[in-house]
Amino acid sequence: MQNYFFYTKNMTVGYDGVPLIRDIQIEIKRGEILTLIGPNGAGKSTILKSIIGQLSLLNGKVQLEEVCINRLSEKERAKRLSVVLTERIHPEMMTCEEVVAMGRYPYTGRLGILSETDKKAVQRAMETVRTEELAEKEFLTLSDGQKQRILLAKAIAQDPDVLVLDEPTSFLDVRYKLEFLSVLQEMTKKKNLTVIMSLHELDLAERISDKILCVKGEYVDRFGPPENVFLPGYIKELYGITTGTFDECSGRVELPAVHGIPRVFVIGGNGSGIPIYRRLQREGIPFSAGILWENDKDTPVAEALSERVIKEQAYCPIRQDTVVCAKEEIDRCRHVICTLTDFGEWNKENKKLLLYAKDRGKLLEGERIWQK
Amino acid sequence: MKLHLPTCSGWNKKIKYTVLFGILFLIVIFFLFLNISIGSVSVPFSEIVETLAGNGEDMFRNIIIEIRFPRSVAAIILGGALGLSGFLLQTFFHNPIAGPYVLGISSGSKLAVAIVMVVFLRFGIRISSVLMILAAFAGAMLSMGFVLLISRWLPQTAMLVVSGIMIGYICSAVTDLIVTFAEDSDIVNLHNWSMGSFSGISWSNVAVMIIVVAAAGGLTFLMSKPISAYQMGESYAESMGVNIRSFRIALVLLSSMLSACVTAFAGPVSFVGIAVPQIMKRMFHTAKPLFMIPACFLGGAVWCLFCDLIARTLFAPTELSISTVTAIFGVPVVIYVMICRKKERPD
Repeated sequence: MQNYFFYTKNMTVGYDGVPLIRDIQIEIKRGEILTLIGPNGAGKSTILKSIIGQLSLLNGKVQLEEVCINRLSEKERAKRLSVVLTERIHPEMMTCEEVVAMGRYPYTGRLGILSETDKKAVQRAMETVRTEELAEKEFLTLSDGQKQRILLAKAIAQDPDVLVLDEPTSFLDVRYKLEFLSVLQEMTKKKNLTVIMSLHELDLAERISDKILCVKGEYVDRFGPPENVFLPGYIKELYGITTGTFDECSGRVELPAVHGIPRVFVIGGNGSGIPIYRRLQREGIPFSAGILWENDKDTPVAEALSERVIKEQAYCPIRQDTVVCAKEEIDRCRHVICTLTDFGEWNKENKKLLLYAKDRGKLLEGERIWQK
Repeated sequence: MKLHLPTCSGWNKKIKYTVLFGILFLIVIFFLFLNISIGSVSVPFSEIVETLAGNGEDMFRNIIIEIRFPRSVAAIILGGALGLSGFLLQTFFHNPIAGPYVLGISSGSKLAVAIVMVVFLRFGIRISSVLMILAAFAGAMLSMGFVLLISRWLPQTAMLVVSGIMIGYICSAVTDLIVTFAEDSDIVNLHNWSMGSFSGISWSNVAVMIIVVAAAGGLTFLMSKPISAYQMGESYAESMGVNIRSFRIALVLLSSMLSACVTAFAGPVSFVGIAVPQIMKRMFHTAKPLFMIPACFLGGAVWCLFCDLIARTLFAPTELSISTVTAIFGVPVVIYVMICRKKERPD
């Protein structure tokens, strides 16, 4: 058990002596990425601030290998741990290179003059996050995405063992989010850097993290690899989601379904139904969907958004009772929409449903769909 | 046509900074000579050099050595101290319109010095320079304490300055009361001093201020590394290994000491502390303490030499208070800074 690189023992954190979260046990190996998730105000930032020593622990300890972080001097701690914070900074008239060079603080002498080694470290850090071309630009003129990357470069230039980031991707667009996280992943692989961060994007957290810590209430709710945390229904419980759904498997969110007697039956499959389901939800029309295999791309979305889904077991031909069921559903609905254009050998039953609807004059096609 | 200054790193920057420091230094020397030369009796430059070399006429000798020279040196040292104090306060509060005068620190010193003076004069005790500085320092710390308390409750930039000005007014009002009801012929002197003036400064005063300002300035320069980290915000500074608690205390003590020294000898001097660091930042196009600390000192020196010259000569033989002149030149700079800031960050 002692081969963990970074671990906490009975860590209790809080403000002004009032405990917020008790007995936190974190155990991660060198080069792993730990992500803290949990609802707003649950205490993710409090935990991170306690780890980096900006808040004193109320109980327990934080260990980095054999040393206790709280006992390190400020300078020693700065050499082992660097941070990217949510706090927005306004350094006046500083170029990006100068901001990154601040990362060398624990290594420079009395007046903070950079040596050749320091200059190289700064340059390397800027190359790592691919910001060399920003070196001479003034920091305050950058976009949020660029600023965040420069602050990451600063943290890397500090040459730490552990990098702590508080919601580093919050202000970034999707491209920068992916770039930012892939730099982190690269650093853990190449430099054996250990990363501890908090993220709001659950889909990204699930993909990048080796370990997840779920923060909710007075104790840590769960700690473990993402596959043990992102179990069906868990996120809904963790965040107390009451409207809409989160799909742990795909990381996809859906708005709440429109309830009522289904007015439309959607024949879909293979992803073709999803845009129609969502549009019906937006228009506020209750609907049912079918016949979908349990493992169809459309199924999770249909289940989240529709009143009723007529399903067939995965990898099985459609059985006759299922077809009967679907026909009864069509009888109850006023209209039918079919999003399939090709029907494969195994999907003949859905084609029959289409003809069945056509015979009864319920089938809507083309633009007429939305006029009704 | 826009003047295009080189922005590339390395040598170009080094040359630029060297040239700028050279120019500032030359301007200080130039104004030093000008201040000694101009006055009710004008002394030619050549005569100044002669006198300093030990020759020269006796008539000039007294004026130069005993009156104008110490006064000009005081303007250099105290002006420099004000520039530095302003730079430290602006860094400390992350606020470009902070300075010892607007934050009420000068006025706090003034009040403390006035009380000490009146009490000591009543008992017929002569007051030493060191005692004056100590009283001014105590007053500065008191005002600073209030400002810090208020800044904890009201973190907004504008409120900080407003509360500082209020503290300044209270202190000034009490000082006026004391001065009005004090009963001594020396009060005339006190009145002049309480408006701000470099007049009547002796060589022994200068010696004390050199020691105090050199010590405080030297310590400030040694702190330029943590100051630069602090410019990145408190949390980042802490994460880079700055002990924020002791750093903040040191900054408060140093800026109060510098401003107290000025008030003790020259009374409150307005707007130098705000304007000079702003001008220097724009001139050097950097906020790096390593450059800004000497630059603010030199800039403050030039500013005060220039303003004292005008205060002395504009309506001679009547002398204006130094604060009147520094305000006329300083306030436009402050307004300009506020406008620029609004454009940069419309919040």
